[in-house]
Amino acid sequence: MSIRVDYRASLSLVGTVLKYLTVPLLLPVVVALLYGETVAPFVLTIAVTLLAGGGLERLAPDPDIGPREAFLMVATTWLAVAVVGTIPYLVEAHGIPGLLSPIHPDSTLGNPANALFESMSGFTTTGATVLGSINVTDHTYGVMIWRQLTQWLGGMGIVVLAVAILPELSVGGAQLMDAEAPGPGIEKLSPKIAETARVLWGAYFAITVVEIMLLYGLDLAGMAGPNMDAYNAVAHGLTTMPTGGFSPQARSIEAFSAAVQWVIIPFMVIAGTNFALIWRALSGSPEKLWNDTEFRGYLGAMGVLTAIITGLLFTGGFATGVPEGATFDAAYLTEQAAALTGSLEPSLRHALFQAVSIVTTTGYASIDFDMWGSAAKYALLFGMFVGGSAGSTGGAVKIIRWIVIAKTVRRELFTSAHPEAVRPVRLGGNALDDRAVRGIMTFTLLYLVVFFLGAFVLAIDSTRVGMEFTVLELISAAASTLGNVGPAFYRLGPMGGYIPFPNTSKLFMVGLMWAGRLEILPLLVCLTPEYWRR
Amino acid sequence: MRVIIVGAGQVGESIAADLSDAHDVVIVEQDPDRVEEINYSLDVLAVQGDGTSVSALEEAGVTDADMVIASTDDDETNIVVCSTVKAISDAFTIARIKNTEYLRTWQHSESAFGIDFMVCTYLLAAESIVRVVGLPAARDADTFGNGCVEMAEFEVGEESPLSGQTVAEADTYDALTFAAIVREEEMQIPTGETKLCSGDRLVVIGTPRSVRSFAGDVAPDETALSGEVVIVGGSEIGYHIARLLSERGVSARLLERDPERARELAEKLPDTMVMETDATDVEFLEREHIGDAEVVVAALDSDEKNLLASLLAEGVGADRSVAVIDQEEYVDLFERVGIDVGINPRQVVAEEITRFTRAGGAENVAMVESGRGEVLEIEVAADSPLAGKQIQESIHELPDDVVIGAIIRGGEYTVPRGATTLEAGDHVVLFVDSEHADEVSGLL
Repeated sequence: MSIRVDYRASLSLVGTVLKYLTVPLLLPVVVALLYGETVAPFVLTIAVTLLAGGGLERLAPDPDIGPREAFLMVATTWLAVAVVGTIPYLVEAHGIPGLLSPIHPDSTLGNPANALFESMSGFTTTGATVLGSINVTDHTYGVMIWRQLTQWLGGMGIVVLAVAILPELSVGGAQLMDAEAPGPGIEKLSPKIAETARVLWGAYFAITVVEIMLLYGLDLAGMAGPNMDAYNAVAHGLTTMPTGGFSPQARSIEAFSAAVQWVIIPFMVIAGTNFALIWRALSGSPEKLWNDTEFRGYLGAMGVLTAIITGLLFTGGFATGVPEGATFDAAYLTEQAAALTGSLEPSLRHALFQAVSIVTTTGYASIDFDMWGSAAKYALLFGMFVGGSAGSTGGAVKIIRWIVIAKTVRRELFTSAHPEAVRPVRLGGNALDDRAVRGIMTFTLLYLVVFFLGAFVLAIDSTRVGMEFTVLELISAAASTLGNVGPAFYRLGPMGGYIPFPNTSKLFMVGLMWAGRLEILPLLVCLTPEYWRR
Repeated sequence: MRVIIVGAGQVGESIAADLSDAHDVVIVEQDPDRVEEINYSLDVLAVQGDGTSVSALEEAGVTDADMVIASTDDDETNIVVCSTVKAISDAFTIARIKNTEYLRTWQHSESAFGIDFMVCTYLLAAESIVRVVGLPAARDADTFGNGCVEMAEFEVGEESPLSGQTVAEADTYDALTFAAIVREEEMQIPTGETKLCSGDRLVVIGTPRSVRSFAGDVAPDETALSGEVVIVGGSEIGYHIARLLSERGVSARLLERDPERARELAEKLPDTMVMETDATDVEFLEREHIGDAEVVVAALDSDEKNLLASLLAEGVGADRSVAVIDQEEYVDLFERVGIDVGINPRQVVAEEITRFTRAGGAENVAMVESGRGEVLEIEVAADSPLAGKQIQESIHELPDDVVIGAIIRGGEYTVPRGATTLEAGDHVVLFVDSEHADEVSGLL
């Protein structure tokens, strides 16, 4: 068997991306300096990244990539940045022998499996955490901002960023972006793919800045609650827009005022919207937003979910008892239930926040939704499969696919009664090619299969080490990591974390997050023998 | 007027035949056999040559021509002919086009391709079918004056309450004129005493509303399109019929046998239910209740298939059938054996082109009874014999068989009465026997 894929070209480009990853690494350096912390973890990371990147780059001096190389390059890039991203975590826990003593030796991220989990969760904007104590006293400001920065870089896509700034990627750029971008196909906004990538990143950057300013403005106005400051404003800006959900607060967005929660909701909605659509709406045709089938379906899905959950909360939809392994106690439950039952504003706010947070796969929590009754929780579990829009930073299956599936089902029902009828599946006036429909069906089926297998593997692995997880924990963990959502239920709830899992399960979930971010196929393709053969 | 027709296909030939009485017609045709045939059968000059070449056009006398009609079967050739003509002469150019994309381009800028007037065969045929479909009792219908006047031809059925009444009794409408009666293939101009018999065909001119309510009186059972339309055949004509119907809010079913074409049509026609099937499959017709359809339009690519499809559809119970008939001679025959209305696309095109050849420049022309009668829309010029006079006076200057059916004054319908005085700038819609059509339009 001779290998026909020019893997050297792919790896060489991965090296280039790694080299450029050192530029954003300057942010934690600056933050560390601001807070008087050691910059050693990041200097070491920069050094290792430069070295590894430069080394890989030498594999092929003038890389030329086709569709196959694009798959390999994109898949490898995400693994490579996740591995490099562990360095600051490991250094914080272990120090550098002979140079730096451990800064926080009791950090859970000292375990390499945990560090890789946290790093992959960051870059894939999942937001599932194994951080243990989430605050800036048990960790340095630098490491915490690095954690948020990984999400921001991963949101719009590292490869898209690479296409935007690296001229050598202009030719294969569309293939690269297609392999990485969420949803079926990419939308070119300009004749030059690099220009499109720059527009997308520009919009992403601008909206992030607006959110940071708004959050900080609320703080200056004294309306943000006790915990907001410039650092938190930046941290939440960096983790809302990529639909990431890594908050530096252990209580997530519950740590802030209702005003902050209301401000974050629209930004999550924007983050889950197709950025090409946002760009078109901003450049003079706002009616495009409302005319877009997917956008209407997206708002509709969140609206329905919100309405259901609001009703449940308003009428007292809380867990009647404290579930085993839950992260709260009975007193907290009673207090929260009393605050919500019969009060419309908090019921609506938390329902909306949680529905939007889960559907967009952001994963923030304005309240510990794990204490809700099972009806509301299953509504959220359902939301984990919906996902944001194609071309957004959101994960999971994506609204557009569900719309196409619903329309296809309707078509099939109709043609059962009228076998001769010819009914193309239409999307916003355009008829979809049946191949595209088949692709969407295949992806969704594959997604569900991977999800079920994932839950099954997690169950086996936990049983292997003699651990007991509930069914809801297992399936929500699989759905949440594969869909890049973040929080799950019970011990893995919004105020909990993924620490209880054995290392093997964590590594498996690293794979789920990786596959979920790349929408499975580009990764699976690289694993088939046909891919490597002629 | 010197008219050059490029392309002696069936359309070219029938236009030439229409025009040869009153004009000098030159035909340019590539096929020498066809040239010889035309030279013997028509009183026109047929020249052998390629209509896109300057030398052939010059040989046909393009520099002296008033009008050039490009009527080959190939759109692109017709466009090139018109452009070439524009480059070397001032003649008015008319192009016959099948592809509606070219029509759209031309409508964008009415000098595109050097074409002064574009006639889209399929679209015209579809439009006239949709008009007939929309007026269920009508055998033919056409509009004038931007839609404020309508002409329609009805057949008086045996059960029709009008049968046995005189015209004076039947004419209870303010805004309707009885223009002609066709009885036993004889065309006559009705007077108040003319009695209506079953089997008569009436040509009326009036406002669309009165024509519609008259339709209700002629055939109370089939007043408005209330049921479903089934289009058999996804030809270009079939496609345009479906498209025009859906624009009017009527959703139709369209049957097409070819899977690829069916798919293409289904993509282009979101409101039409496209079905991939053979319309001669009786089991299918029954299962899908095609018999419940109010109108079945056959638009397949062959006349025989259209006849068969229409008869089958009527056989399973469809109320009315309309068929596209390519062979002009078949129209009467098909209507006799059971098709309700036959539409000949070439005749429709010829009608449209004819309006530019009228000496006086009729604004609009409709042919009735396979061209035996014509309805003309003419603007009254200041020096017209009609201007400034009451109709009862001026009518004597016109041939006997002219009926003024409507007056359009300032875009509004006005009832023509004997005492009405016509003014310059008025548009009159008049019915005339085809024999005198050129004479009348020349006079006015």
